[in-house]
Amino acid sequence: MKIKFWGVRGSIATPGPTTLRHGGNTTCIEVRTDANALIILDAGTGMHPLALSLFPELPITAHLFITHTHWDHIQGLPFFIPNFIPGNSLKIFGAFDPIAQRDIREVLTGQLQYCYFPVREAELKARIEYHTLRERQTVQVADATVTNLLMNHPVLNYGYRIDCNGKSVVFTGDHEHLTNIYEPEDPEYAEYAEYIEQRNQAIVAFMRGVDVLIADTSYLVSDYPAKKGWGHGTFDGNIALARQAGVKRLYFTHHEPTRADDALERVCQEALARHPFEAGDPECLLTREGLTVEI
Amino acid sequence: MGPSKKELPRLVEALPAFPPSVCRILKLTSDINCPPREIVRVLDQDPPLARQLLRLINSPHCGLAEPVQSIRQAVVIVGINTIKNLALTVAPIEMLGRDSDRTPFLEGQLSHAFAVGLIARQLARRLGLPERETSDFFIAGLLHDYGKIVLHRLFPTRHNKALALAIKKQLPLHKAERELFKLDHLGVGALLAEKWGLSPHCARAMGGHHLPDDPDSDSPLPDCVHAANIIAKTVGLGVSGNPRTKTALPESVARRLGGTLTELTGSLGEIPAEMHKVQLFLNAWNATPADSA
Ligand SMILES: [Zn+2]
Ligand SMILES: [Zn+2]
Repeated sequence: MKIKFWGVRGSIATPGPTTLRHGGNTTCIEVRTDANALIILDAGTGMHPLALSLFPELPITAHLFITHTHWDHIQGLPFFIPNFIPGNSLKIFGAFDPIAQRDIREVLTGQLQYCYFPVREAELKARIEYHTLRERQTVQVADATVTNLLMNHPVLNYGYRIDCNGKSVVFTGDHEHLTNIYEPEDPEYAEYAEYIEQRNQAIVAFMRGVDVLIADTSYLVSDYPAKKGWGHGTFDGNIALARQAGVKRLYFTHHEPTRADDALERVCQEALARHPFEAGDPECLLTREGLTVEI
Repeated sequence: MGPSKKELPRLVEALPAFPPSVCRILKLTSDINCPPREIVRVLDQDPPLARQLLRLINSPHCGLAEPVQSIRQAVVIVGINTIKNLALTVAPIEMLGRDSDRTPFLEGQLSHAFAVGLIARQLARRLGLPERETSDFFIAGLLHDYGKIVLHRLFPTRHNKALALAIKKQLPLHKAERELFKLDHLGVGALLAEKWGLSPHCARAMGGHHLPDDPDSDSPLPDCVHAANIIAKTVGLGVSGNPRTKTALPESVARRLGGTLTELTGSLGEIPAEMHKVQLFLNAWNATPADSA
């Protein structure tokens, strides 16, 4: 499998001189299976440069797995140029939205209303299919299988796991580690802790032993108290999770939009220094736009 | 059997208890920093509401790998924000539809009440009232016709006759009700407001929403509910069971609210979309077997 990062920024695109090394586009990850089938994880603004890179291959069939439909994970979708060219095919997968009672098609076509974008969905030339996924539903994409698990974010967010010929990668989408909503002295504390424990076990099992874990690492532990409940992870939380799950390599992504390259590299080093490397620990790295990883 | 004067005490006895969850959820969620456990606590104290939420979360649409058994477990799996936002829509529906077999009339009432609540709140916002005060307008709008629902539930046959009579004679419904009941839904609404100890403004919205002009009223709430009722009927949101629709607001109401019927109707914003969502919830509800929670 080959993984290429086209967008690694969280929340909002941040072009400019201070983000040149890691990049300013929002989340979009290209995964190629061994048979070269095209899987795309999220459709942030990084999806536009990805689209341009696909020209030599047209016509294409792309399998887009959406973790959740916050702006920074879908904003590139209307600019996926193969959609305007006959012969291409885009299969879109994602969760149901219980708050709006809408499936993935209804949520995404809302983005193509004329007041937001000049081309209506009916005018797209490519063949577009929508598949609303149940939790843990498995999708076969050529020689790979893709499955999902609900993570913890203000809206339903699927983390995706791709397995291909014994190699595996998990992308969390946006995810905050679970915390108890009760205080230790509350009578409900223990019951809630039990549910968290069960869920953590399911999350760890989902990513057990994967070659690559790509994890939302928006915050520092020092930022976190002010941002609790916003649905994002920390360096320290992800290092602990990757260790627990026996992950081989951990990539920190969804970089804070206000974090310049120098600061990002520094806080990453500081986090790693807090957790000295021990035998069997995952290798921990920052994502950057254009980075290609082969496993 | 309709209530006559001497039957009134028995009627009051049969009136439903006030379901406070809606008010508490609205108040709690108007504060973005509200602790999640407070929201869960409200749901803990309202098992029918909690059951409805679990039904929606466990519905096949939602697609959870394993059904959740309790609200606390649901918070861990789908998150407090999903629970909170679902509760905001489900609690008012549950409040109006509680214990009832849905008939087409009650279903129409439910969406009408929802529409009037949303519009009354919008009118309050339009007047520049602070957000924390606007939830009362939503509640008052939601409850303004509750007397109708109660009459219909307690005396379905007779109330159906009143509905038919209103259509046949083109009467306002409260007049048709009075021919059959000696008491109309406004009277029942006033009794309810009294039994539940609601604010005088809310009581006026429930007991006098067809007669808005009250020089003593120092709150825009009765005006807003009165206007919202007419706007909802004008734009066709929900079914009120009342055949006659006014085509204008009373001049005094329009003046106090700062707009004609057309102008106010033009400032509904997201409400039609919100009503569409309410309808989707009602559909999801009806599609899920009642004992699946
Ligand atoms: Zn994000
Ligand atoms: Zn997000």
